[in-house]
Amino acid sequence: MKSILICGVGGQGTLLASRVLGDVFLNEGFDVKVSEIHGMSQRGGSVTTYVKYGEKVYSPLIDKGEADYILAFEISEAARALPYLKKGGKIISADSEIPSMPVITGAVEYPADLPKQIRDLGVELTVIPALELAKKAGNPKALNTVLIGALSTLFENGAKWLDAVVKIVPPKVKDVNIKAFEFGAEYK
Amino acid sequence: MKQLLLGNFAVARGIYEAGCEVVSSYPGTPSTEITECLSEYPKSDIYCEWAPNEKVALETAIGASIAGKRAFCAMKHVGINVAADPLFTASYTGVRGGLVIAVADDPGAHSSQNEQDSRNYALAAKLPMLEPSDSAECLEFVKAAFELSEKYDTPVLLRLQTRVSHSRSLVEIGERIVPEKKPYAKDSAKYVMIPVNATKKHAVVEERMYNLDVDFFNSSLNQTIYNDRKIGIITSGTAYLYAREVFGDSVSYLKLGTVNPLPTDLLFDFGKTIHNAGGTVYVIEELDPFIENKCRSIGAFDVVGKTDVYYTEKLFTPLYEYSQSYLREKIQNDTETNAVSYKIDNIPPRPPVLCAGCPHRGVFHILAKHKLFVSGDIGCYTLGAGAPLNAIDTTVCMGASISGLHGFLKADPTYAGKAVSVIGDSTFIHSGITGLINSVYNKSACVHIVLDNSITGMTGHQNNPANGKDIYGDPASAVDLERLCASVGVEKVSVCDPYDLGSVEDTVTAHLKYATETGLPSVIIARRPCALIKGIKHNAPLTITDCKGCKGCLKIGCPAISMKDKRAVIDETSCVGCGICKGLCNFGCIK
Repeated sequence: MKSILICGVGGQGTLLASRVLGDVFLNEGFDVKVSEIHGMSQRGGSVTTYVKYGEKVYSPLIDKGEADYILAFEISEAARALPYLKKGGKIISADSEIPSMPVITGAVEYPADLPKQIRDLGVELTVIPALELAKKAGNPKALNTVLIGALSTLFENGAKWLDAVVKIVPPKVKDVNIKAFEFGAEYK
Repeated sequence: MKQLLLGNFAVARGIYEAGCEVVSSYPGTPSTEITECLSEYPKSDIYCEWAPNEKVALETAIGASIAGKRAFCAMKHVGINVAADPLFTASYTGVRGGLVIAVADDPGAHSSQNEQDSRNYALAAKLPMLEPSDSAECLEFVKAAFELSEKYDTPVLLRLQTRVSHSRSLVEIGERIVPEKKPYAKDSAKYVMIPVNATKKHAVVEERMYNLDVDFFNSSLNQTIYNDRKIGIITSGTAYLYAREVFGDSVSYLKLGTVNPLPTDLLFDFGKTIHNAGGTVYVIEELDPFIENKCRSIGAFDVVGKTDVYYTEKLFTPLYEYSQSYLREKIQNDTETNAVSYKIDNIPPRPPVLCAGCPHRGVFHILAKHKLFVSGDIGCYTLGAGAPLNAIDTTVCMGASISGLHGFLKADPTYAGKAVSVIGDSTFIHSGITGLINSVYNKSACVHIVLDNSITGMTGHQNNPANGKDIYGDPASAVDLERLCASVGVEKVSVCDPYDLGSVEDTVTAHLKYATETGLPSVIIARRPCALIKGIKHNAPLTITDCKGCKGCLKIGCPAISMKDKRAVIDETSCVGCGICKGLCNFGCIK
């Protein structure tokens, strides 16, 4: 069984990413569970969704030390999710830094050099300018597709993930999302 | 072909396939998507509506059942508190068309004001309750629930939990089969619950629950899985999933799908079998020791759960959600498997906040500025309790803002002119109106503020009786809040635009003065649609030029404003140009 933890800030499009990944693994013939959180936490709070696949998946939850991959939409959210990463697991994160309310009000400071701090722990981290690439593809909302594209490169059948993206995004933003996926997949 | 469906969508699919024809619900996380999804089927197949509250929704479903069609009603756990009155007596009347009521619990209170365990309602109201663990079971169990409802002449409860409702897993969908409508025939002994009928029906209810207990012994909704018998786990719902993932095929399970009545003989057989093999029986369930208490009442075998004083070192908690690591630690003393390898301390917390452009923000800013006692309610605006606004003193339940303020002022009249209530439009319709009538009838110096954003916001934008649209988005009659308040006897009703801070402040001040002078209640309607409603026109984003770093704009807690290099900046992608921040800059830098 493998698991992917997707984390970000409410409103960034993490739910769509988990739907795409769920569809991908379903098509590959796996048992799949995707867990989402709706409601209060979506209002700009931290959001986490779990995607698990394998021969048989029981629990929809990813517990501490269990995630093979973390796909982060914001770098401090990647750092927050670290305890869930399996030893030797990999992280792909957008480079976005979104201050939370305690940072905005000055109660706490946004941590400096998070990518370095994460790498210093020995974690394999890829940081992607996902928002910039999404804008380049034609729509900042395609940030999630950029990240899916980047994650796909770590998987054997990753190129086929684009089919799931095309199937799930609204038809009028199909082309933007195809570009976004490719920008994410090509980013080095 | 198998589909990956959200638990709530699978429930909806099951309701559709079961040939249900009438659905009435009030939104509530994590139950909302069931009814939303049902409203996407043709209205000619299945009629759906948002009711003003759960009590009305359930009564509507009861009426539809009595008319002879299958009916359904969904609510969150606290919704069943509101619907409890019809629930207990519908247990006596029974049904004509099958009646299923879904109630979604929220262990961990992800989006709720408490962690109540709704299984206790099934016990108290003497109703059968089924509990699925995943989406496939959601579909299967809801169809079984309709069958049971008609077979045993009873409403049936379907218990969901956040991780079932909001998890996607594989489902095989089927065809819709609509049972023939049972023609209505007057039957007052069954449907008129006057004492002479009710006492007779009570006996029927007791017999029904006994029969269900016996019949559930053979129900395919329960599974007994014998592996090694050193450990036997009795469980249901999400707890089964966590346990099965941790212990796989190394232990034995009694996985219960019928959580009320719990099948006595099935528990007895499993418990004795494990006990006789020298094994230990664990009852693993989130929240209350519901199954555990039943096992203890049987008295034939020991169980390890959350209440037995002899097993203090093994006690499970009635709090929060469970997880794999929790069970590993409690049962296997295993803290290695889920050991944390990587961690960075001091990551700033990220609590949910009012959105950029939220019309509630300006009102809360004024209430906080005047240091008022604010009696709060349930909705997006509960977020006004958080920093930096810190504007709410109490939050209890739907409608309690208005009635609670009335009581507060009766106890301490010196707060007249210093206290207000805040309530959203949907919540006001749900259960604020009766409280308002009380504050008029029994005269208190309340200032009630209706935050009318034309939508049921927190649950994900459902229409409601005050916004002029029904569940299908079709035009509907809209409650005229001003006239409603006036008609119940409120003599001072004002409307203000929450984007206009000056107008909000003047209106609040005038109403507080009125409260002090007359001792009477009044209502302010702060009206502005939610900034996230599709099609709402926004102003151009604002910009800050030549910021002096006064931080005045940070007082309102807008997520679009932050500090960079000691200067405030506005994020152009999230700013909707509401302009509330403009008046707060000490140097007029925001334009």
